[in-house]
Amino acid sequence: MARTVTAQRKAINTAVAWVIGILIFFPILWTILTSFKTEAQAIADPPVWFFFDWTLENYRVVQERSNYSRFLWNSIIIAGGSTALGMLVAIPAAWSMAFVPSNQTKNILLWMLSTKMLPAVGVLYPIYLIFIQLGLLDSRFGLTIVIMLINLPIMVWMLYTYFKEIPGEILEAARMDGAGLREEILFVLTPMAIPGIASTVLLNIILAWNEAFWTLNLTAARAAPLTAFIASYSSPEGLFYAKLSAASTMAIAPILILGWFSQKQLVRGLTFGAVK
Amino acid sequence: MSTKASRSAARLMLAPAVILLLAWMLVPLTMTLIFSFQRFLPLRGGFQGWVGFENYARFVGSSAFWPAVQTTVLIVGGVLLITVVLGILLALLLDQPMWGQGIVRILVIAPFFVMPTVTGLVWKNMFMDPNNGLLAHLWRFFGGDPVVWLSDVPVFSIILIVSWQWLPFATLILLTAIQSLDSEQLEAAEMDGAPVLSRFWHIILPHLSRAITIVILIQTIFLLAIFAKIFVTTQGSFGTRTLTYLIYQRVLESQNVGLGSAGGIYAVILANIFALFLMRIVGKNLDR
Repeated sequence: MARTVTAQRKAINTAVAWVIGILIFFPILWTILTSFKTEAQAIADPPVWFFFDWTLENYRVVQERSNYSRFLWNSIIIAGGSTALGMLVAIPAAWSMAFVPSNQTKNILLWMLSTKMLPAVGVLYPIYLIFIQLGLLDSRFGLTIVIMLINLPIMVWMLYTYFKEIPGEILEAARMDGAGLREEILFVLTPMAIPGIASTVLLNIILAWNEAFWTLNLTAARAAPLTAFIASYSSPEGLFYAKLSAASTMAIAPILILGWFSQKQLVRGLTFGAVK
Repeated sequence: MSTKASRSAARLMLAPAVILLLAWMLVPLTMTLIFSFQRFLPLRGGFQGWVGFENYARFVGSSAFWPAVQTTVLIVGGVLLITVVLGILLALLLDQPMWGQGIVRILVIAPFFVMPTVTGLVWKNMFMDPNNGLLAHLWRFFGGDPVVWLSDVPVFSIILIVSWQWLPFATLILLTAIQSLDSEQLEAAEMDGAPVLSRFWHIILPHLSRAITIVILIQTIFLLAIFAKIFVTTQGSFGTRTLTYLIYQRVLESQNVGLGSAGGIYAVILANIFALFLMRIVGKNLDR
């Protein structure tokens, strides 16, 4: 229900909100702007804002000198792969708990959640050791599996809350019409489940893309994704702000765009359905 | 209305997820537990016998332990305070009618999607660098001496950086909760002439209490584990070594696996205390 307010009040709200919004967004804006400057302009005091010779030089240098596309490719494989694998496991699990609940369902769900709370640092050495033994250190495959596992509880939970919202009466009606389990799943449930599945995929790609504990500790050169590539800028040589900015902009742009699409799902996914 | 066949099919569908998570939890955790009772230095002689609870005592007794606890409490507490208080104010503001609400919302939540290593490095270099950082320019513009953020006020700087990343999360969740508030109730209060502050105190805040609890619990669990932002900024120096970072250093940097594993078990216990509260709330929600 819309509340009625005076135009003056609305104008004040608008002004205050925009100022705060831009202030919070500013570090990202500044990074994007700096990525188009020369290194000298990037550290200029007083700072240059919009009126400088915009250049794509930094993007070219980042790509050429450090082979950016390889890290990008690793990020895509790891985020995409862990999401796809995770969904293969999570969809049936969430499905069965939502539609064929047993008296253990609640406990299983909560237990799954508890595995998400396990601090990564507590199992760092065992995983490291297992990776060495299996030859998985610095491999995209190993990292994909680990990231799939850390996000699996969120995937199951999120899908579960979506599936739960599909009314059971529809299933019963379909059964009355003589639909078998296969038809039921293919023609009745799947179309209704697709929005929830899409949201879960989206959020999971974001989480996997930004994961920075395992990606930093389990990769070196070959399998390093963008999180690790950016971390290599922590020991810089010479002037590097513009290049850091270009690399950062490329690393965050795809996720910023995905993220804006998934605001609502983020709340549901990260609060395990407790806030909708 | 489920048949016996569909029940066993359901079990089969659930099995892979349960088995995977069970293995993911039990295998490494058991190994950590076993290591924690050993003197185990992979680079200096490997396994050197069982030592009982010695690692647990040494981890707590080391001179690095209490400072790390202090740093952890300061960072988690500071970030929680900033994000919850500002998050409530921001959520209330964003709930007001205004022009361009959607765009402002996008601007506000954007930091949450920035990868932690970018967050750390952009803040460290482009804002907090004492020579070339934007904050140094700003300080000089007003005639002040630039602050050497990460070594003069290191913990505060980390709190600032982490808060920037997590404020959007708190805001978004609290905003979602506010929007579910029955606006008729608020309007009735408004018509009764209840002043703004009392409306906030007696209607909005109680309504938000559950969402606030959830924000606090979830953030605590994630904040206890922050790693990348410290890794790329201070590497744990200048008193920014949190418990997580201390354990990481023991395990991977100095390769004292026994000692680090004992620390890891402490971390697991600590996280589980908060997880228990969280799960109780989430579990109640499942019953509804």
